[in-house]
Amino acid sequence: MSLSAYVPIVGLFALAGAFGLFSVAAAPFIGPRRFNKAKLDAYECGIEPTPQPVGGGRFPVKFYLTAMLFIVFDIEIIFLYPWAVSFNMLGVFGFVEMLLFIGTVFVAYAYVWRRGGLDWD
Amino acid sequence: MGDTISFPHLDYAALWPMLILFGAACVGVLVEAFVPKAWRNTVQLVLSLLAMGAALVMVIKRAAAGVTAANAHTASDAISIDKAGLFLQGALLVLGIVSLLLIGERTLETGGPFVAQAAITVGSEADRRQAARESGATEVYPLALFALAGMLLFVTANDLLVMFVALEVFSLPLYLLCALARRKRLLSQEAAVKYFLLGAFASAFFLFGVAMVYGFANAVDFNSIHANISTSDKPFALLLIGLAMLAIGLLFKVAAVPFHVWTPDVYQGAPTPVTAFMAACTKAAAFGGLARVLYVGFDRSNWNFTPVLGVIAVLTMLVGAVLAVTQTDLKRLLAYSSVANAGYLLVGVLGGGAAGLSSMLFYLVAYGFAIIAAFALLTLVRDADGEATHLSRWAGLGRRSPFFASVFTFLLLAFAGLPLTSGFTAKFAVFGAAIGGGQTWLVLFGVLSSIILAFPYLRVIVMMWLSEPGDTTPSVSIPGALTSAALMVGVLVTLLLGVAPSSLLDLANNAASFVR
Amino acid sequence: MVATLINEQAEAVVYAPATGLLSYMWLLIAIPAVSALILLLAGKAANRWGHWLGVASVLASFVLGLTLFFQLRNLENRSVVENLYSFIPVGNLRVDFGLLFDPLAACFVLLITGVGFLIHLYATGYMAHDEGRRRFFGYFNLFIAAMLLLVLGNNYVMLYFGWEGVGLASYLLISFWYGRPAAATAGKKAFLMNRVGDAGLVLGIFLMFAWLGSTNYEVVFNNIGTLGSTTVLLIGLALLAGACGKSGQFPLQAWLPDAMEGPTPVSALIHAATMVTAGVYLIARSNPIFSENTTLQTVVVSVGAITLLLGCIIGTAKDDIKRVLAWSTVSQIGYMFLGVGLGGGAYALAIIHLLAHGFFKANMFLGAGSVMHGMNDQVDIRRFGGLYKYMRITWLTFMMGWLAIIGIPPLSGFFTKEPIIVAAFSRPGWTGWLFGLAALLGAGLTAFYMTRLFILTFHGPKRWTTAKEGLVDQHPHESPAVMTIPLILLALGSIVAGGLMVTSVPQWLEPVLGPETAEHPKIAHGALTALSLVLTVAGAGLAYALFRKGTALTPQPAGVLVTAARNNLYTDAFNEAVFEKPGNWLTRLLVFVDNKGVDGLVNGLAAAVGGGSGRLRRLQTGFVRSYALSMLVGGVLVLGAFLAVQLGWMG
Repeated sequence: MSLSAYVPIVGLFALAGAFGLFSVAAAPFIGPRRFNKAKLDAYECGIEPTPQPVGGGRFPVKFYLTAMLFIVFDIEIIFLYPWAVSFNMLGVFGFVEMLLFIGTVFVAYAYVWRRGGLDWD
Repeated sequence: MGDTISFPHLDYAALWPMLILFGAACVGVLVEAFVPKAWRNTVQLVLSLLAMGAALVMVIKRAAAGVTAANAHTASDAISIDKAGLFLQGALLVLGIVSLLLIGERTLETGGPFVAQAAITVGSEADRRQAARESGATEVYPLALFALAGMLLFVTANDLLVMFVALEVFSLPLYLLCALARRKRLLSQEAAVKYFLLGAFASAFFLFGVAMVYGFANAVDFNSIHANISTSDKPFALLLIGLAMLAIGLLFKVAAVPFHVWTPDVYQGAPTPVTAFMAACTKAAAFGGLARVLYVGFDRSNWNFTPVLGVIAVLTMLVGAVLAVTQTDLKRLLAYSSVANAGYLLVGVLGGGAAGLSSMLFYLVAYGFAIIAAFALLTLVRDADGEATHLSRWAGLGRRSPFFASVFTFLLLAFAGLPLTSGFTAKFAVFGAAIGGGQTWLVLFGVLSSIILAFPYLRVIVMMWLSEPGDTTPSVSIPGALTSAALMVGVLVTLLLGVAPSSLLDLANNAASFVR
Repeated sequence: MVATLINEQAEAVVYAPATGLLSYMWLLIAIPAVSALILLLAGKAANRWGHWLGVASVLASFVLGLTLFFQLRNLENRSVVENLYSFIPVGNLRVDFGLLFDPLAACFVLLITGVGFLIHLYATGYMAHDEGRRRFFGYFNLFIAAMLLLVLGNNYVMLYFGWEGVGLASYLLISFWYGRPAAATAGKKAFLMNRVGDAGLVLGIFLMFAWLGSTNYEVVFNNIGTLGSTTVLLIGLALLAGACGKSGQFPLQAWLPDAMEGPTPVSALIHAATMVTAGVYLIARSNPIFSENTTLQTVVVSVGAITLLLGCIIGTAKDDIKRVLAWSTVSQIGYMFLGVGLGGGAYALAIIHLLAHGFFKANMFLGAGSVMHGMNDQVDIRRFGGLYKYMRITWLTFMMGWLAIIGIPPLSGFFTKEPIIVAAFSRPGWTGWLFGLAALLGAGLTAFYMTRLFILTFHGPKRWTTAKEGLVDQHPHESPAVMTIPLILLALGSIVAGGLMVTSVPQWLEPVLGPETAEHPKIAHGALTALSLVLTVAGAGLAYALFRKGTALTPQPAGVLVTAARNNLYTDAFNEAVFEKPGNWLTRLLVFVDNKGVDGLVNGLAAAVGGGSGRLRRLQTGFVRSYALSMLVGGVLVLGAFLAVQLGWMG
């Protein structure tokens, strides 16, 4: 039970934490406070922020829906690749399992389709 | 290439309850997709009840056939459907059926307690339209089935990874269910987001704990962990940190202090039938999982986690009880009382041995029925704005509707642990088990906190009976058949387990063993 | 189960199984319980005959109790148990739903059902015009059933069931007139103070289970000698806490006088004759435990002595007829505690005082009820006076109660209180003087305040309220026969009960409480009796001299002592300071930490780090992160604790 091997790591943690705390805590005291519009704006990868409607701005929920659907099928593909590669080893059992998996995803797909999740408007 | 992998043997007889529920949930999603709107609610309700009934039959059949150490494990030891697991599955199904009756109630208000399209902005024109006309979301049924199936898997998982998957499977539907309240939508959605974020936080703890334990024991299944604890040459701290993080993840689900902060907000915000489901079933599942982790994976033959968990139990009992005193909203009051009850359950778990386990199993069933009945009653007391849960609104309810006030009084007395109610026998069992396990100090604090906890219940009783009904005292709606059934079952079981608890105690005693 | 006994003198407690008629003892409880159920569930249909069902059920229980009593006399063992069913069979924790009928239980059964029947009968008249009469009798029957369960159980868990049951019935009945805010508050107060006591009882039961493995009387009593003295002391103190809560003993006495807000028959039955004596029953029943430890006995005696003086002193300063009687109940139960604390032969003395007190106190409460009935519910004794002409029967029966409680021979109080005073003086060492003198002083004070009550109520000038004062005109009248007949029967009991019981009952109780012990008081027996009689007469004479001309109608400025007595000797203030305030602070603190503290911490951090209130507000749109922070802090603490405990433990 030698914990001593971890002492450097703990030390590193402590140093990192102390640095973070120090920089944030020291900034208001040391740094000059000059606010301008650019400083108060949201940070969007350095490009000019897109104008947003009053109240914080909202994206239509449809974007999220589309993104989620994409991820569902993306994940499906991730599963299909290794299965296809080792199809021989997995045999009938693997085939049936994969059918069940695809079936489940299609249940969800059917739900989205029927309930209008694929219509943009 | 060309080799074949040896596949795990699957004991379908043991897995049927979960397979039925998962299958029915998938069918339920298809029902949402293809069955006309007008029929959906009936079809879903019948389908869900049938599925749960069938799963329960399967559980009973397996219990009747007998569970032995030889046939308990399946799927390469990833799942262990032993006696305690089977008891928990049965309890979850029974409690699930009773709370599904509440979820299925549609007569109390137009469209039921759920909203059809939670995504529509609260207060907008479209929202008013849907509130007036549309019947509620019927997706709640498949969601509840998914959650319940996840819970069944959770209490029988014999492997930390399966456990984690099950944890997510039953948590995600619950987050969604929380957001679906028809009334007080913002509160409901806020609760769902909070529950989701904090739940994700807790899951992260759990997963990190799994990694730590794997680092120490080189395994994620409980048998190997248990075997490797004494032989591993890794630093012991890895295991400790791992177990602590696992415990944090699980203690979040059971709502133990200091991981209880979400409970009042979520209990208050969620639609009341969902709150009932969570209070009864989530608690049972989480404690089942916690007990399995502690008893099977990390049993205390060579080390001791009791002091820390004991302190948590004491804090949970005291903080829950004391904060319940100042609550003015009944749902929040019951939430804090559920926190305190988690403490009593922890006392039972820490009692250790078969007695501790059996007292915990008994407590879960007794508490589950009582809390479902209490929330069922909450759904009945309502005015034009929906349920009236503020305490002041219940003033004088005893004069307005003596029958329901008496029933609620009875339930509160049961929570307070008055003899001849299940509350007494359950508390007696857990405290007795703790005494038997040498944890007298826990019982001291348990008794102390149960005195404190009697005050808030008394306040409600006094409010109902000894105050004049005001203009704002809501009326009590006539319950529909489903709510009546849930209420009646809950109250009768509470009484029965108080007067003649021996049959269930026997059952719990027989079931009180995990198979390693 | 027979165990090795350290105490050689004590014989092993053995109970025989119940046979024949005795095996129907469960009916004693079942009859009133079923009646209560019918009354509470039947609805308005039962309004016309409901109260008679209530009376009949108690009478049936009484008759059955009497029959069983005669059966028991014929048995050699005089103690029978009956196990109805196994209630909680968890592992080595076994609790049976079992009943025990022995001499002690028999005494209580007869007292509860006998006096209970008379008070039920009286209540049919007293509550005749109350719309909730059926409900009232339902609760009343419920109380009888629970009280019988309390005294008939064969283990401490059954006793606890009855204990909570009578408590519940008591709150229901105190707040029966829930329209009155005082009644509601009193019900709450009774509930809260009793919870404190109940917690003690529960702890005692769990301690027994932890150390003896059972809560059965048989097992506990036979094995108590095997425990260490500290252990016995702990169990005993826990039980004593329960007894103090239920019996209104110091420091938990405050609820009992407030409980007088309930209907008078309730005060008579529950808060004078039966329920409040449950604490005495508990200690007498547990006599093997209490006899095992002398420190424990000293504590019980001290509680009794303090309470009996406290009750006397406060009773002297009260003007509400029921409050005076209530404080006198507190004081008389103090005498009983003194008795059970002294141990040995004094156990039986306490029980006979309890039985006699059941008669004369019920008699006086019902008498007070009768006075109130004739005086438009007036309770202020300053507004009575000269009533003896108008309510002859009430006056005469009340007089019997008065003479009995102050201990004038040959009424019952003389025979039952006197021996306790003698026993107190017989206690070895200087404490014998202390407790003996306290008991003696109490006797004198009792004579004073009870005489004051009697004279001011029935004699002296009329001081009734009149229409001229803007109050109701009083037209006192005698109560109907259904109320006066119980009064007469109870008065007869007050006269003869003591003399009849003084030797027969201790003999009858010998199998349970042990044989009588020879007393060697510090002062000769005869001299002591004479002394206490002189004090009694002096107290009564002083009260007569002071109050025969009546009294002022409003409170007069008074000295420190009287003011203190009027304020219950500031015991309420004490309770508030010791229990209520810290409780409130703790609650506030926890609420603060739970809701505000964590947020506050975050706010503070954010303010220190970010600066600028506008930005701060933008950070404050939700609380989830403060919840998450509290979870994180909790997680770190748990983790640290795990490591600390474990690594420390591993060395």
